[in-house]
Amino acid sequence: MEVLVFLVPLALTLGAIGLMGFLWSLKNGQYDDLEGAGWRAIADDEPASQEPVPGSSTGTGRR
Amino acid sequence: MQATRDFSHYVRHLGSGLSHIDLAVEGVNCAGCMSKIERGLSALPDVTLARVNLTDRRVALEWKEGTLDPARFIDRLAELGYKAYPFEPVRAEADETERASFLLRCLGVAAFAAMNIMMLSIPVWSGNVSDMIPEQRDFFHWLSALIALPAAAYSGQPFFRSALRALRARTTNMDVPISIGIVMALAMSVAETIHHAEHAYFDAALMLLAFLLAGRYLDQSMRRKTRAVAGNLAALRGETATKFVGADEISVVPIAAVQAGDIVLLRPGERSAVDGSVVDGQSKIDQSLITGETLPVKAGPGTAVYAGTLNLSGALRVRVSAASEGTLLAEISRLLDNAVQSRSRYVQLADRASRLYAPVVHAAALLTMLGWAAFGATWHDAIVTAISVLIITCPCALGLAIPAVQTVVSGAMFRTGVLLNSGDAIERMAETGRVVFDKTGTLTLPELDVTNAADVPNDVFELAGRLALASHHPVAAAVARASGAKAPLAGVEEIAGQGVRGFVNGLEVRLGRPSFCGADQIANEILCRDPEASVVAFRHGETQHVFAVRQRLRTDAAGAIATLLKAGIEVEILSGDREPTVRHAAETLGIHEWRAGVTPADKIARIEELKRQGVKVLMVGDGMNDAPALAAAHVSMSPVSATHLSQATADLVFLGDRLAPVVTAIGFSRKALRLMRQNLWLAAGYNLLAVPLAIAGFATPLVAAAAMSGSSLLVILNALRAHRGAREFG
Repeated sequence: MEVLVFLVPLALTLGAIGLMGFLWSLKNGQYDDLEGAGWRAIADDEPASQEPVPGSSTGTGRR
Repeated sequence: MQATRDFSHYVRHLGSGLSHIDLAVEGVNCAGCMSKIERGLSALPDVTLARVNLTDRRVALEWKEGTLDPARFIDRLAELGYKAYPFEPVRAEADETERASFLLRCLGVAAFAAMNIMMLSIPVWSGNVSDMIPEQRDFFHWLSALIALPAAAYSGQPFFRSALRALRARTTNMDVPISIGIVMALAMSVAETIHHAEHAYFDAALMLLAFLLAGRYLDQSMRRKTRAVAGNLAALRGETATKFVGADEISVVPIAAVQAGDIVLLRPGERSAVDGSVVDGQSKIDQSLITGETLPVKAGPGTAVYAGTLNLSGALRVRVSAASEGTLLAEISRLLDNAVQSRSRYVQLADRASRLYAPVVHAAALLTMLGWAAFGATWHDAIVTAISVLIITCPCALGLAIPAVQTVVSGAMFRTGVLLNSGDAIERMAETGRVVFDKTGTLTLPELDVTNAADVPNDVFELAGRLALASHHPVAAAVARASGAKAPLAGVEEIAGQGVRGFVNGLEVRLGRPSFCGADQIANEILCRDPEASVVAFRHGETQHVFAVRQRLRTDAAGAIATLLKAGIEVEILSGDREPTVRHAAETLGIHEWRAGVTPADKIARIEELKRQGVKVLMVGDGMNDAPALAAAHVSMSPVSATHLSQATADLVFLGDRLAPVVTAIGFSRKALRLMRQNLWLAAGYNLLAVPLAIAGFATPLVAAAAMSGSSLLVILNALRAHRGAREFG
């Protein structure tokens, strides 16, 4: 059972990393255009701009 | 006078030497359009960002400051085949977006916490039936508490706040039992952990939060999407005003940049986008969008002009006034305020359910506690059992029952061209017992149409259409539209107040007043047959033709009305227009109840009268004179061509030239209401099964988790049925 000393903090850290990732992606505007994102993934040619809308509080998709 | 287009009002400066503009774009609906637009716009020099948002149908653009005129983007998009217009997010939309994003953050936190706690709970559940020692169990429980308490404090905010607000106002809503349930579950779990007990309900509390937040988020994202589309529609009308920036210098500016006191130019054929009064010029104006009256009235210095007024003949200079100054508008907005207040008393199905539900559940919990204590259990056991009753009855499925249906139905309606302004409109729509239509612009199409096109040879019609393209007059525009002519004639001369003329193969062609073309006699014959039509004459050499032009009923109006009547829904017309016109429309459509020449106040009075008789009225209207009636009615609908005020007041907005969306919307709503009720019964049935278990003391955390997710899935699956077969009535 000593293994719990490692496993529990590990599990909690992984959970926290997941949550941070989610919050980051939310803040980065990745949920702003779910429909478009779906199509971009299978588009044949390179879309003109691959940058997500920059981090200022601007842009069509920015909330 | 050549005017420049000035969009600087919409441009934002980002500081780092970049400018930003948002455009609403029409017709973007596939991946192909997306990359076409992005590539097309990025090809312009100095553009640093061009990104399409397919959900909101908008494009965000950034470029090096001062290098490009925003009008270039709109021209470029027009070359690519898309109509675009700068877009300014309104306050309401920004608020909705902010709320949606907060709910998504809460949902993320709750879901992550719920999953991690579940990971700790499963060892406890399996350990309880095998070889777990109490110290390990306590350790897992403490870990769960460590995750659950901060996570619940954060992600429970939407519920706690709303519950507090309700309690302060001395009422109750769905959030009160939810908040009590969650707080009690957490408090009890902490107490039980301290006492080394076998069961803690951290997982149940967080799972509950996650499910409920999912329901809230669905609800919010539905509203946000509608707002975005409505915002685009408003932007794409591209309403501009021609403003005088100097004595004789004009500039085309967006409406948002016009201020009270400015002088704007209103050319013949233009619709005014502002309220104001005429300072110079003589003309005839069509106020049908405002008053419902289709006959043109004379306008000269001092005449009041409202947004939506169509200028027919001469150019007018209009001084812009503040929106509330006009007497008609002031009157309308006063009526509107009263009407809006009276409707806010409607209690939504969800709140009605929770008013019934909360006392029952809390009484059951109290009785459980007293009962266990009376039969000799310790107070500790009695309280724990009572709280487990609260946890298991916490309205998880109830919280999803209605938003899930609303989301599915609003999505389905969206695809048939109906936009929802408010979520509870579905419930009210389903109760419709009588539909009251405005006539002008609602039963009829907003544009004029040629009625005797079949009497005129095709080649003549087309020639007339080409000539008509040179004129701004709305009657000429109707001829041009109906003929389908694309190429305007060259060298056409406009004679003010008379018409237009040009030459084809050396032969003179004229289009205009009957006297201008020497066709008075034919015109009189037509007017005898159809006194409400406007006429426009055409002369080619010695041959003369007269076109009769009038407002035409929407193509499927008769069918839609028949469907409504067959479904047992009464239909009535309330119009501000003259009697013969209204009578004619009513007779054509088979509507027996109609009133003509009614004022906005009369419309409200009639709707109030129907209300007193207990009739649930759906008002369908588009004019500014309809706005108070729209607000007073039980539920209301506007075509997309309606005035701003009406569209903002209406619960639903429908797109396109057909009346069918009114019928479909009622069909969808009825289906939705049925599913909502079913879902509430499903949730109630679940409680009937689960509550006795909890009262008997068998509601372990495992049972609670299984029951909650099971019932939530059930109502979501049931809600998905709203997609199918909503067209029939029933």
